[in-house]
Amino acid sequence: MSKSLGKRHKKAETRAASLFILPYFFAFFIFITIPVIIGMVLSFTYFNLLESPEFIGFNNYIFLFTSDDAFMQDVIPNTLQFVVIVGPLGYMLGFFLAWMLAQLPSKLRTVLALIIYSPSMTAGITMAVMWRIIFSGDSAGYLNALLLNLDLISQPIQWIQNPDFLLPIMILVTLWSSMGIGFLAMLAGVLNTNQELYEAAYVDGMKNKWQEIFYITIPSMKPQMLFGAVMSLVGTFNAGAIGAQLSGQNPTPQNAGQLIVTHLEDYGFIRYEMGYAAAIAVMLLVLVYMFSKVAFKLFGDSHG
Amino acid sequence: MGNSFQGTKINPKKFHRSQIKFLVIIFPIALFMVLPILYIFNHAFKPLDELFLFPPRFFVSRPTFNNFNDLFQVASSTGIPLSRYLFNSIMITLVVIFLSVFVSSMSGYALSKLDFKLKKSLLTLNNIALMFVGASVVIPRYLIIERLGLIDSFWVHILPGLAIPVGLFLIKQFIDQIPDELIEAAQIDGATHFQIYYKIVVPLIKPALATIVIISFQAVWNNAETSVIYINRESLKTFAFYMSTLTNTSNVVAGQGMAAAAALIMFLPNLLIFIFLQNKVMNTMAHSGIKS
Repeated sequence: MSKSLGKRHKKAETRAASLFILPYFFAFFIFITIPVIIGMVLSFTYFNLLESPEFIGFNNYIFLFTSDDAFMQDVIPNTLQFVVIVGPLGYMLGFFLAWMLAQLPSKLRTVLALIIYSPSMTAGITMAVMWRIIFSGDSAGYLNALLLNLDLISQPIQWIQNPDFLLPIMILVTLWSSMGIGFLAMLAGVLNTNQELYEAAYVDGMKNKWQEIFYITIPSMKPQMLFGAVMSLVGTFNAGAIGAQLSGQNPTPQNAGQLIVTHLEDYGFIRYEMGYAAAIAVMLLVLVYMFSKVAFKLFGDSHG
Repeated sequence: MGNSFQGTKINPKKFHRSQIKFLVIIFPIALFMVLPILYIFNHAFKPLDELFLFPPRFFVSRPTFNNFNDLFQVASSTGIPLSRYLFNSIMITLVVIFLSVFVSSMSGYALSKLDFKLKKSLLTLNNIALMFVGASVVIPRYLIIERLGLIDSFWVHILPGLAIPVGLFLIKQFIDQIPDELIEAAQIDGATHFQIYYKIVVPLIKPALATIVIISFQAVWNNAETSVIYINRESLKTFAFYMSTLTNTSNVVAGQGMAAAAALIMFLPNLLIFIFLQNKVMNTMAHSGIKS
């Protein structure tokens, strides 16, 4: 009697659960899972939107790694440089800011945290235009005017059109807007570390702040560290179109700011080579996945 | 007495001179973060002669609303009034926020408190999707949306924004904090799962819901891409789209004032909502960790 009741109860629970998860996972499958699968399939085809896709095996990938000069010579080096600097650097900066902010009184902390967080809510394209005015190439550009005024330069510099400066500017702008939700998570993480642990460690003779960070702070907020790492990684790759937004061109001048996302958009929306663009997209997902594996190794518990 | 402790002091009650060293580092960074935003504020209110001023000056000296007026004038000359774009954006944002809060909290409840077969796999799938980069699926997504007949439909603004993996993740983590005994007690009292969700869970997870509101607000309000890719009818496009066309073309100095005014209109609602909800967000973030 009680057993069959339990069974019926179990059934009711499964039915309720299906109804509860249905709307979310419906949207999830249609707009995330299935597109990823279709993208993988398309990456093995030649597809120009007009004719139906034609299966060509690994040709797109072979072309990508052997014949696409822009990809091997510019896109991959740029992307790695961009990702390695913006990702880990932005992440460490986020952690140290969070760690310092947590040691300030509440009101002051809230104001400063709001200021540091606020760039991450600016919309990409609108803000890119503002940066374009700041880095404008004529002498009326803010940076040029400032440097001219200080006699640091004698000629205005073409900041964004100059291949030497475009990538550093992209990195700076992305770092500026990278203190988002991961930063807030880490701030909350530091705030929730147990004060008694610090005091006990202090009694035990731990005097060095670095020791406190590595032996107490980070171990007690590993899950938040991991969340922050994943967020900064994804944010970094999502910011990949910044070069085209800043320079207003795709490809960017001399491919100087060409990242994997801009390369993908170039082939997808300008040349309409959808199969090839899909192969680039798969490489993008593989890269994100590889980098996040590293993050899971660092901060995940034993099995990552 | 407490002052004798020299180690890390989390969330201190008062200001102490030992905190000065942090401020020395934080202030320049905060200044760098806030300058471009201050710059938009100043630029948006500059009259024409100050925009043309050489050498350029950072602060506005005689603020005016001219740039905002110009912005609204230009809008009316394209045939579609600015108010139409604004109306679209507000409607879309409200609908998406409401639906995504509803959809992700229901799903979060089931994934956290109910027991069913696919639970583990769905959780893993959603955790993998945290690493999802939207740009990688633009083309297949277009094919699907075209096949579903959603091109030039109001719903294309709504549906793709409903499944936010980070949102579900945060909400599920937050619901995990609710003791199982509370749910079981309600079940013994004869409450249905929907009643438990609605009467017990939702009131307890308001901070997490506020966080979803912010995440989905930022994603939708700032989204110009949907209007570019999926919408051909001008009257269905959004404010963010309109702002981006405006700022794209305005390289002339006179256009800069309008671009700044546009950027300011885009940015302010983000800021206000965050200030309004920041306490709740920090509360949610305390449970944001990924336990692998």
